[in-house]
Formats: sequence, C-alpha cells, structure tokens
Amino acid sequence: MNIVVCIKQVPDTTEVKINPETGTLIRDGIPSIINPDDKRGLEAALTLKDKYGGVVTVITMGPPQAKNALREALAMGADEGILLSDRAFAGADTWATSTTISKALEKLDYDLIIAGRQAIDGDTAQVGPQIAEHLKIPHVSYVENLMKKDDKLILKRAFEDGYHIIEVKMPCLITTLSEMNKPRYMSVRGIIDSYREKEIKVWKLDDLDIDDRSTIGLKGSPTKVKKSFTKGAKTAGKVFEVDNEEAASIIVKKLQEKYII
Amino acid sequence: MNINEYKGVVVFVEQREGMISKVSLELLGKGRELADNLGEKMTAVLIGYDMMDKTKELIYYGADKVIYADDKIFEVYMTEPYTKAMSTIINDRKPEIVLFGATAIGRDLAPRISARIHTGLTADCTSLEIDEENNNLLMTRPAFGGNILATIICPNYRPQMSTVRPGVMQKLEKDTSREGEVEQYKIDINESDMTYKILEVVKEEKEKINIEDANVLVSGGRGIGKADNFTILKDLAKELKGQVSASRAVVDAGWINKDHQVGQTGKTVRPGLYFACGISGAIQHLAGMEESDFIIAINKDSEAPIFEVADLGIVGDVHKIIPELINQLKIVKENR
Repeated sequence: MNIVVCIKQVPDTTEVKINPETGTLIRDGIPSIINPDDKRGLEAALTLKDKYGGVVTVITMGPPQAKNALREALAMGADEGILLSDRAFAGADTWATSTTISKALEKLDYDLIIAGRQAIDGDTAQVGPQIAEHLKIPHVSYVENLMKKDDKLILKRAFEDGYHIIEVKMPCLITTLSEMNKPRYMSVRGIIDSYREKEIKVWKLDDLDIDDRSTIGLKGSPTKVKKSFTKGAKTAGKVFEVDNEEAASIIVKKLQEKYII
Repeated sequence: MNINEYKGVVVFVEQREGMISKVSLELLGKGRELADNLGEKMTAVLIGYDMMDKTKELIYYGADKVIYADDKIFEVYMTEPYTKAMSTIINDRKPEIVLFGATAIGRDLAPRISARIHTGLTADCTSLEIDEENNNLLMTRPAFGGNILATIICPNYRPQMSTVRPGVMQKLEKDTSREGEVEQYKIDINESDMTYKILEVVKEEKEKINIEDANVLVSGGRGIGKADNFTILKDLAKELKGQVSASRAVVDAGWINKDHQVGQTGKTVRPGLYFACGISGAIQHLAGMEESDFIIAINKDSEAPIFEVADLGIVGDVHKIIPELINQLKIVKENR
C-alpha cells in the first residue's frame, strides 16, 4: 500500500501560559510536537504497512523547523519525508493550505491519504476534507478504526451518539481521531535510520505545478484574521472565606435571588 | 465573483433520523438576528427524506423561507450527496452568509463545500456580528488551543461561512403564528453520487447525558478527591434539578465518563447556573463554561484562577460545604 500521511508541527498548546502582566501569550519555550491527531494517523499508516507492506510517506507544510516533526515520523517508521516550505506558502488559511498540499500530493502515488482530524493550534478540522475535494477523491472523517479489504477500507466513523461502519474504495482520504490508537515510540534504530538512511525532500514553489499563485499563501486565503486577542478577564465577583454554615447560607440566598430555587 | 450579487442568510438545518438537531434551531435564532441586521431574508435549508411535515417548525423558529431537498439518498448523512445538494443550492441562490452546526456532520460537510465552491470557512465561532462599516460578517473564534480569540473576516469571497458549536447561540421562542414559504428543491442525485457505502448505522445505548441542555450544572474537578465523592455533587444536582459535569482531569482519571466533560476538548455549556467544585479554573476548562450566566466556585485554594471568573466565590472545603448546602436547601423547601 502506498500511504501518505499529512502531519503538522504545532506548539504544545496545553502548555501555553498567559503573561499575567500583559495578558499576552508566552510563546517562548513552548515545545513543538507532531499534532496529536496526526500522530494517530501516522500510527494507523504504520500499522497498515506492518500488515500489508508498502511505503509510508509523511508530508508537512511549514517553516524549515518542521523538518524535526518529519524526522520524528521517520524515526517511528515512515519511509520518506517531504517538507513543503517556501515564503510563498506562508500566511495561508485552510483553503490556501489545502490547495498547496494538494498540488504536492498530485505528484505522488497513493492508495490512501491520512490526515489528523484537527490541529491543536488552528482547531478547524478543515484541511483534510478540503484536500480530498481538491483531489476529487472521497473522504471519511472522524475515523476511529480501520481495516483493509482488497481495494477497499472498512471504517468506523464516529458521531456524537454512535457510529457508522463505512466501506470506501481507494484512493481516498481519511481523518483520524486521537482516540484511535496509541502511537508507537521511536526506537533507537529508528532514530539512527531517520538521520542516516532516510531522506527528507524539501519542495519549494517551483517544485509544485502551481499555475495560479493567487490560490496559495496569504494572498490566496479567502479568510483573514482581523484581530486576535486574549480573552478579557471576566471580572471577579465577591469571594468569601467563612465557615461552612455561613458559606452555605450565602449560596442559598444567592440562589433564591436568582430564582433558581 | 460579484460579491454584491450575494444576499441573505442561509442556515443549514441538520437532521438525524428525521429529527431536527437542536443546534440548527439555535442557528436559526442567530441567523434571524444577522438577517434583521442586514435587512435581508433568512432561509433554512433542510436536506433529508420524508420530512416535509417538519419544515413548518423551521418557520416557527425564525426562518422566512425553507428550502427542502428530499430524496431517499438524503435519509442518512453522507458527505458527497449532501455536499452536492448544498453546493448546488448555494451556487443557485447566492446567500451572503451560510451557517452550519459544528457537529460531527457540520465539521465534515462545511469544509468540503468551502473547497468545492471556493470560499472562506471559519470553524467553531463563538460570536458572529455584522461590521457596521461594510456589512462584512465578523466571525470570532478561539484558537491556539483556546488560549486566544481571533476575529476572522472573509472580505472578498461569498458566501461567508461559519460553523458554530451547539450551546453557543440561542434559539428563539417558538412562534406558531409565523408564516413563510416552503420550497421543494429537486437535486439531481443518484447512486453514482454515493462515493462511499454505509454498511451499518449504530446508535450507542448510553445513558443520555446532555449537559448542554441543563440549566444547572454541578461540576467536579480534581479537588473532589475521588470518584465516590461525586455522590454529593449528584445529590446537589438533584436538589437543584440540574446535572453533573466534570473537568477534563477528572474524566482522564476515570472518575466519570467523557459525556460529562466540560471544556476545550469536551463540551461547551452555558447554563443559567454553573457550580465549579474543586475546579482550579484552567483556561481549557473556562473555554467550555465561562459563558454561563452565573458561576459559583468552591475551592480550598484562594489563589485558584476559577475565582477570577466566578460571580460568587467560596474559599473552603467542598466536602463540608456541599452537604451543608444540601441540608439548608431541604429546609428552605420544607418551609415553603
């Protein structure tokens, strides 16, 4: 099987703190990681490769440092890495990002493309389905489980109140949930190989067949950020430090005031 | 694309098993407000099977008009048939704004549509306003794991599309005197549009935990100590006719299941009353509940960040205060 996994290098947003004086994000020192949903996608790809053989290629669009995310993926067992990096790609919203990545994917042979459901910095869950549309292949999102059956995949697709079992013919794209599996650790051999034996290609604008530059980067983005801000502090109400009975009676009074009781 | 040709607000109405999802009614409420602001009409688009009798509901909840696309193929959600139907309708009727619920359906469908018709989509919006200067839609949403808010615009493409989570917007009071047109829209759809096959549809028989519907939530965090201690929270919830919810830490620890989780990776709730018990108030938790009308926090730690958003804060021991509170509530009830 030829599998391409789309990954994103993201800051670990669960570690982000807000500077109490300025109210702005403290971005220094935040570790960069492979986006959690994508890592599950990679694990799914490696599991399929273990079972059926084939090649797993990881691809990412980002600044030069995103190479580290590809390195980690190679060390986990992926065979090749591709970094899409060019000033022209920068500032892209999900539409322009998906256009760029699709152009790269058009140059590859694939049976299956795997993307994580959403990234923990953008949180949109849009790029995967948009890539599938640009490539004109079917996609199934929220995949919790998957099995191969000849040229088809049998997928468990999650909904809030249950799931569907879906059969889809390859080539197709799926987006994976973090509940899907537990990603394997890098082995020492894997880490050595990722530097010595395996290749990371870097593709720039000229390496892709992009006729229309107005479909990529900041210029190609239909959506734009007008402003961003940390949430204004909800002003604190009164805080009481009193004995238990009094505390309870303050609460009861408030509940009566608010007609809750 | 001539932007000026695009007029009006469309709300995609989600249905499951022939029932209209609550989030869609909430979006009709917001759609009504946006349309009134723009001086335009608001249309509800329903894609389904044998649901003609449900279309009037959409008028009662604020739509001026309903477009209903009916076909057996639309009975259960599938990406391609729904994408084709919605894209056809959008390209034909040219709305300036389209709203979707940010659900397992909406977050699959809306991006595919946005790529097909080449327009901007903003996910998980927590607020939608019209910019007075140019009538653009201002779409505000959390990013960076919920640590910041960003206001997004889509100035040069139409329609401007947003997905909105359940529980964020408010539905209007049902008004059965409202009148409006219902149009049946024929979509050219057949088997070849089904790009995947649904082999099985499984509904999970979980106890229906819909914390998003509760008006009162009694929520437990790590300060509760252990799983058993949720009993006093359940008792308090019962006294107040509410439900129990929880922070992520407690769900990860296995004390209660994920359906009760409030926060960035859990559910967004905006109850009339939110009791935060033994919850420190991490940003990711606040992201899911800070829009609650009234927040009462009980925590041993006077420095806990939850006190910065609580309307009423009590520094004390949850395990002692809650039983005392339950007693006093029972006394109040008896004395009525």
